[in-house]
Amino acid sequence: MDLGKETFRGYRRDNGRVGVRNYVVILPVDDISNAAAEGVAKNIQGTMALPHPYGRLQFGADLDLHFRTLIGTGANPNVAAVVVIGIEPGWTKRVVDGIAKTGKPVEGFAIEHNGDHATIMNASKKAKEFVHYATALQRSEAPLKDLWLSTKCGESDTTSGCGANPTVGNAFDKLYPHGTTLVFGETTELTGGEHVVAARCRTPEVREKFKMMFDRYQEVVNRHKTSDLTESQPTKGNIAGGLTTIEEKALGNIQKIGKRCKVDGVLDKAETPTGPGLWFMDSSSAAAEMVTLCAAAGFVVHFFPTGQGNVIGNPILPVIKLCANPKTVRTMAEHMDVDVSGLLRREINMDQAGDKLLECMFATANGRWTAAEALGHREFVLTRLYESA
Amino acid sequence: MTIHFVVHEEDDSVGTIVVEGVKAGDTLTGWIMEQDKTVTVKTLNDIPIGHKIALKELGNGDTVIKYGVDIGRTVAPIRQGEYLHVHNVKTKRW
Repeated sequence: MDLGKETFRGYRRDNGRVGVRNYVVILPVDDISNAAAEGVAKNIQGTMALPHPYGRLQFGADLDLHFRTLIGTGANPNVAAVVVIGIEPGWTKRVVDGIAKTGKPVEGFAIEHNGDHATIMNASKKAKEFVHYATALQRSEAPLKDLWLSTKCGESDTTSGCGANPTVGNAFDKLYPHGTTLVFGETTELTGGEHVVAARCRTPEVREKFKMMFDRYQEVVNRHKTSDLTESQPTKGNIAGGLTTIEEKALGNIQKIGKRCKVDGVLDKAETPTGPGLWFMDSSSAAAEMVTLCAAAGFVVHFFPTGQGNVIGNPILPVIKLCANPKTVRTMAEHMDVDVSGLLRREINMDQAGDKLLECMFATANGRWTAAEALGHREFVLTRLYESA
Repeated sequence: MTIHFVVHEEDDSVGTIVVEGVKAGDTLTGWIMEQDKTVTVKTLNDIPIGHKIALKELGNGDTVIKYGVDIGRTVAPIRQGEYLHVHNVKTKRW
């Protein structure tokens, strides 16, 4: 596929970023504000609440990550406007101020001394205004470089490493020269292949930062492990799918970064890239956590290769599933957007598989729903670094 | 020609079964993707789709190679054509 002149039709936001969806989000700051946020979403059609279990008594780096994830989610260009609801006004304002930097409509509501009833009423009035604002927006033509793509695989098996993951790699190799912004992560899932990633880093500085992030996560594993992590990493599903060791899983995983892309930079969790290229983001390898971090970092379309059949979606980030395992494609057809099982029968080659994925990417960017969107998969899962105070 | 298993690189110790219903005694055809060659091997076990077959004789404690890279160590001798998985191979990490 010649991507030189390809464009997509998206929603251009005030900060210059382009989204492929147009959500009005009702965002709770903390667990106890979920009920009010969901109340608003029930009142006002065309809004979506993002309930989650955290946000109280967190501190230090864990609290920073909480704010970075919430602000990043609201700031994501797939979101048109945001109503923020928190128990108290201070942290609520912190989230509102963070999102407001994008220039998009955002307003905060605190529950203390108001109660759920008044908060839901006031927030619903604002949410209705935001729905009118969002539904008046139109898609416009945008260059390919404005599309930010993330990837993470899940319920991998051995077909991931020889089929679905290299298909993403082929697509990344084709997208990379066009100034797109790309990200991969899954820090522990590089174990055994970290030298391959290190060798792909563009500069010694990038390599050092990557190694620092990799070693930091290894220390977490070594501090808490009670076994060789078998059944956790690789998961029981991975093992059922034929993956034997973390090294084997990692080498399959890194097929997603293709053969030609360089790693241009390294991000902490939920951190937004500062330029085009391929970025590594330190992250959990758990699907919903990692995809939530990609959404918070500003990515607008996600490539999710699977082997045994992961069903994950995200509330604001369309997740495109691709699979090369013929059994999974047959038994879980409703979850798959791109069937690349022909690769293992040598009916199609990797170049054709990559093109199939890119065609689905453009369709998704232009508005077609993914399987996960149609099936209502909206996993919004915040990463925690340690216990609350 | 039906491909029963794929091999990433020519010197890999293992192939990945990509069809359902492989039974002990079957003669299997493998496709070495990197070199675009085919090989045949007789399987000693029933092997599920996605699981691995040993392409070489391996001793106890030997390194297993896939993608041309170390993916772990054997914890039992493994014969050519034998089913290779968590019962006879472990990680070298963690």
